[in-house]
Amino acid sequence: MNPENYLFLAALLFTLGASGVLLRRNAIVVFMCVELMLNASNLALVTFSRMHGNLDGQIMAFFVMVVAAAEVVVGLAVIVTVYRSRHSASVDDASLMKL
Amino acid sequence: MSFPLLTATALTPAIGAIATAAVPAARRTAAKWLALLFSLATVGFAAAVLLRFDTGAGADRFQLTESRSWIEDFGVRYELGVDGIGAVMIALTAVLLPFLIGAGWNDADEAEHEAANRRWRPTQGFFALMLMVEAMVIMSFAATDIFLFYIFFEAMLIPMYFLVGGFGDRAGELDEEGQSRQRSYAAVKFLLYNLAGGLIMLAAVIGLYVATADQLGTGTFSLQAILQARASGELDLATGTERWLFLGFFLAFAVKAPLWPLHTWLPNAMGEATAPVAVLITAVVDKVGTFAMLRFCLGLFPEASDWATPVVLVLALISIIYGALLALGQRDMKRLIAYASVSHFGFIVLGVFAMTSQGQSGATLYMINHGIATAALMLVAGFLISRRGSRLIADYGGVQKTAPVLAGTFLIGGLATLSLPGTGPFVSEFLVLVGTFSRYETVGVIACAGIVLAALYVLVLYQRTMTGPVKAGLEKLPDLRVRELAGGAPLIGLLIFLGVYPKPLTDIVNPAVEHTLSDVDQTDPAPHVVPEVEAAE
Amino acid sequence: MESLIGLLVGAPLLGAALLLVGGRRLDRVGHWLATALAATSFVLAAVLFSDLLDREGEERVLHEHLFSWVPVADLRADVAFQLDQLSMTFVLLITSVGTLIHLYSIGYMAHDERRRRFFAYLNLFLGAMLLLVLADNYLLLYVGWEGVGLASFLLIGFWQHKPSAATAAKKAFIVNRVGDIGLSIAILLMFTTFGTFAFEPVLDGATGASEATLTGIGLMLLLAACGKSAQVPLQSWLGDAMEGPTPVSALIHAATMVTAGVYLITRSGAIFDAAPDAQTVVVVVGAVTLLFGAIVGCAKDDIKKALAGSTMSQIGYMMLAAGLGPVGYVFAIMHLVTHGFFKAGLFLGAGSVMHAMNDEVDMRRYGGLRRHMPVTFVTFGLAYLAIIGFPYLSGFFSKDEIIYAGFAKGGTEGWILGGVMLLGAALTAYYMTRIMLMTFFGEKRWQPDAHGHEPHPHEAPLTMTIPMIVLAFGSVFAGFLFDSGEAFVHWLEPVTGLEHGDSPVGHGTVGLAATAVMVVGVAGAWFQYGRRPVPAVAPTGRLLTRAARRDLLQDDFNHAAFVTPGNYLTRGLVYLDHKLVDGLVNGTAASFGGLSGRLRRVQNGFARSYAVSMFGGAALLIAATLLMRAV
Repeated sequence: MNPENYLFLAALLFTLGASGVLLRRNAIVVFMCVELMLNASNLALVTFSRMHGNLDGQIMAFFVMVVAAAEVVVGLAVIVTVYRSRHSASVDDASLMKL
Repeated sequence: MSFPLLTATALTPAIGAIATAAVPAARRTAAKWLALLFSLATVGFAAAVLLRFDTGAGADRFQLTESRSWIEDFGVRYELGVDGIGAVMIALTAVLLPFLIGAGWNDADEAEHEAANRRWRPTQGFFALMLMVEAMVIMSFAATDIFLFYIFFEAMLIPMYFLVGGFGDRAGELDEEGQSRQRSYAAVKFLLYNLAGGLIMLAAVIGLYVATADQLGTGTFSLQAILQARASGELDLATGTERWLFLGFFLAFAVKAPLWPLHTWLPNAMGEATAPVAVLITAVVDKVGTFAMLRFCLGLFPEASDWATPVVLVLALISIIYGALLALGQRDMKRLIAYASVSHFGFIVLGVFAMTSQGQSGATLYMINHGIATAALMLVAGFLISRRGSRLIADYGGVQKTAPVLAGTFLIGGLATLSLPGTGPFVSEFLVLVGTFSRYETVGVIACAGIVLAALYVLVLYQRTMTGPVKAGLEKLPDLRVRELAGGAPLIGLLIFLGVYPKPLTDIVNPAVEHTLSDVDQTDPAPHVVPEVEAAE
Repeated sequence: MESLIGLLVGAPLLGAALLLVGGRRLDRVGHWLATALAATSFVLAAVLFSDLLDREGEERVLHEHLFSWVPVADLRADVAFQLDQLSMTFVLLITSVGTLIHLYSIGYMAHDERRRRFFAYLNLFLGAMLLLVLADNYLLLYVGWEGVGLASFLLIGFWQHKPSAATAAKKAFIVNRVGDIGLSIAILLMFTTFGTFAFEPVLDGATGASEATLTGIGLMLLLAACGKSAQVPLQSWLGDAMEGPTPVSALIHAATMVTAGVYLITRSGAIFDAAPDAQTVVVVVGAVTLLFGAIVGCAKDDIKKALAGSTMSQIGYMMLAAGLGPVGYVFAIMHLVTHGFFKAGLFLGAGSVMHAMNDEVDMRRYGGLRRHMPVTFVTFGLAYLAIIGFPYLSGFFSKDEIIYAGFAKGGTEGWILGGVMLLGAALTAYYMTRIMLMTFFGEKRWQPDAHGHEPHPHEAPLTMTIPMIVLAFGSVFAGFLFDSGEAFVHWLEPVTGLEHGDSPVGHGTVGLAATAVMVVGVAGAWFQYGRRPVPAVAPTGRLLTRAARRDLLQDDFNHAAFVTPGNYLTRGLVYLDHKLVDGLVNGTAASFGGLSGRLRRVQNGFARSYAVSMFGGAALLIAATLLMRAV
């Protein structure tokens, strides 16, 4: 089977994730979309690993997983805290990140 | 190696600044005395500089030199040295400071009052900042390494910014908040204006380094090395390069000087600052600008100086006339003096760029005399303002009736400002006019109009404030106190002494001017007719 | 002997410094100290004079080099003195009249609480004036020149609490400064032309310079002289200067300082002799001022202002004589000296009258004073006779010689000049008789002053009458003394040179004509003011009278031509400086501020908008990379 197809799939998933981040307001959904983007890149990395015949890409994918896990922990904690204080999980409501 | 006299002269006020700043909050009076003590010690060192300075025929151009390596990778060295011009400028700075400290004895009290519940110590700060400025100004007069000069040229803006922004006197028209807004506007304007000029100069300084590196193999910032390389023909900047570099330097100095049309920061800063700080700006800090024109612009870029002379002369003329006319139109005493200074700086620049020995000696003397005369006038104006709590001329009248000594001192300061013969400024103004006229007749004649305008703005000011019936609110105006008189009288004595016997100064300045003239490759124009009496001898 | 010159100048300067620095401690002795120092100067002058007299004509020059003042390259300015016959004449006049007026002021200023300052200023004036006439170079002369200007400023504005006095003082200083531009430029021209501005090399070498240059120098010197000597067009300050105390008007604004212009031109004779165009201008200025002053003098009711007009007119005579060249120099100076005596006497008399009349200056409120103030009347009367040129009094000799020299110019010009001067002489007789009649004759027109005090005229104290008597002697006998054996002419000739012009009319004719016009003038005044009672309020009069009463519109002209446009100019410039020059700076600052405000909007705080820019940026980067690959 042609490995390029996996790349197309990865690109598709990445785009889906990106548009989700841009278009959805719910922080949880945005968060899931970020995860989707990360996994899309993982897929791409593994595919590259297969194509080039070495393990670099797979190692990279493991790193990404670890980072994603850490992100989930911190990110969910932030979202829960924001939800508790503002009773809303919409990202547009938290627009104070400016001077 | 001999005793590093110049370093010591500059270091004394710097140490004084740190010591003053360290005095505990409760011991304010001690801080004042400490500051005065250190400024007097600096006078001692400056006197030693003048005494050690050799004015003999074969004497070196730069004396009391010191040289240590500093940032070797970029050819920056810690090089100090003075020629006659630098020596007298250091002396001026050192002599003025004790008077400014004495005159500003209680100037920080207002700020002290405001700061009652906060952690800073305005009195200590005020005097420490003044001493800091002094140290930096002395360093910039003494530095012969261009990079070193640049550092102090820029660094003195920092203490000046705090002095202008942090301390002021009551204007009479505005409430407290409006005043502090005005003051911070003036301080920021001062800082940004000078900083902008300075940054352009930085570019030119680096450009000069690159150019020397190109032609000499190793780049250098040393003024003496560059002058030597020029003289021997090793260094010969391309015309275009030289002009751009000249402009970079000149712009910074013209802002500092200030030359029309870059003058607008001065009236704001001098108007809002307290009188001693205003004197510090115009009599000391600004002189670095004109001094640097004489030392760096002419010395480093003779061809470009020659090229720019017509434009500079016109700007200087405009400054003279324009400054005087605007001084006439002011309602605020301190702004009036500021615009008068613009006019006087025009004369100084005129003398520098006339490229004659009379013009340049005159310009140097002018820097000294203007410093002292403005100090006398401005400090007395400051005493008056602190009594009445207003800077507006219209709030005064008939002061001579209630405070004759104050009025008399003010008049003498004013007469010196209008260059009355018998006072120092006359000698310098005459020299500048002679120097200018012997090369550029028309320019000299137009500059003469300045002497009428000067009489106008000084006498109108005197008439409105000091004569006539006593204005309401001034009936009980106290005359000068002993402290104030002790500050004013020596300045007046000095003005008269320099008007009657300026020879000690000219003896020191003349050789330096000859060197500068030979840098720019100019000689004085000869008289048209040689009198028979002289020819026969 | 030379070292006495320094002492001569130094004594009054020392007095000024002592009195000003000494403070209140010296209030009680200050006036005597000042007078003693002035007298010291006079004694020193007398000693020097006798020393000069012992020498031969050409040898009568003393030099004293005190110290080198401003040496820069080729420029040598020294503090050095030169005493020759010309400066000696001035020194004697200045110190003698000066001492007398010091003495007079002791009485006149007795009730002024600031008397010590007054004497300090008087001494300052004396020192500066001596410096002016004794300097051996133009720059030091300039120092004295401005020094007397300063003293004049301080003394005119001595009663500073009066706004009119303060304004007059300022006006005098500023108008003089305009003249000073002339002196400055003349000195600059001398330096570029001759490489020096000491008298001897400049005057000896004058013939070597081009005529255009010399004309330039001459005209500039004339401008300076016009300022100091109140000649047209810089005459406007003198009338207002009468705001000063009367001794000041006598010393500074009649006898000495205002004649400095004549000194300057006589001293620079060599330059003017080689520049005929400049000389012509001097003559024209003198002639115009002569009539101008006389006309103003005829119209004024203020006794001091009438005398000021007369001063202006008399100096016009001197100026005209000096403009005639070697024919006239000697007589210009002779008239200057005699004028110094009689005009000082007239002013002191006027001061005495004012002193007696509660400081009233309006002659319409005098009248019939001769019986109440006999000494003043007699001394004033003698000075009056001297100024109108009554035969064998001092004015007769000096003025007639000038009129004769005018005719000697020859041709049409000679007739015009002579005619103008005769007309001036008639006017002099007219306005002086008018003053005399309105003040001392007729009926009493006295009125109480602003505080309601009735005047009680009384003779002045001795300190005041003695100087008046001495000056009256001078007015009577000086001319005769100078003329006997042509003593004055021989004395000055070595410095100024002398030519006898070729006059179409003889000496005797001129004398007769002058006496005739004098009689006409006196008679005219008598018909108008002697035969008829003087009205207490001035009649409106015709156009010329009205103009003359406003000083021939001099102030209106100056206001319209200089003051008003100047005010508009400064106001306009202040506005422009604020709006345009500073506006540009603030505008630059504001536009940076505005730009940053716009840019800040992008940072809106919405996470999703940041995400868009991140994605957009990444996409752009990738696109750029791909594009680079493709190329």
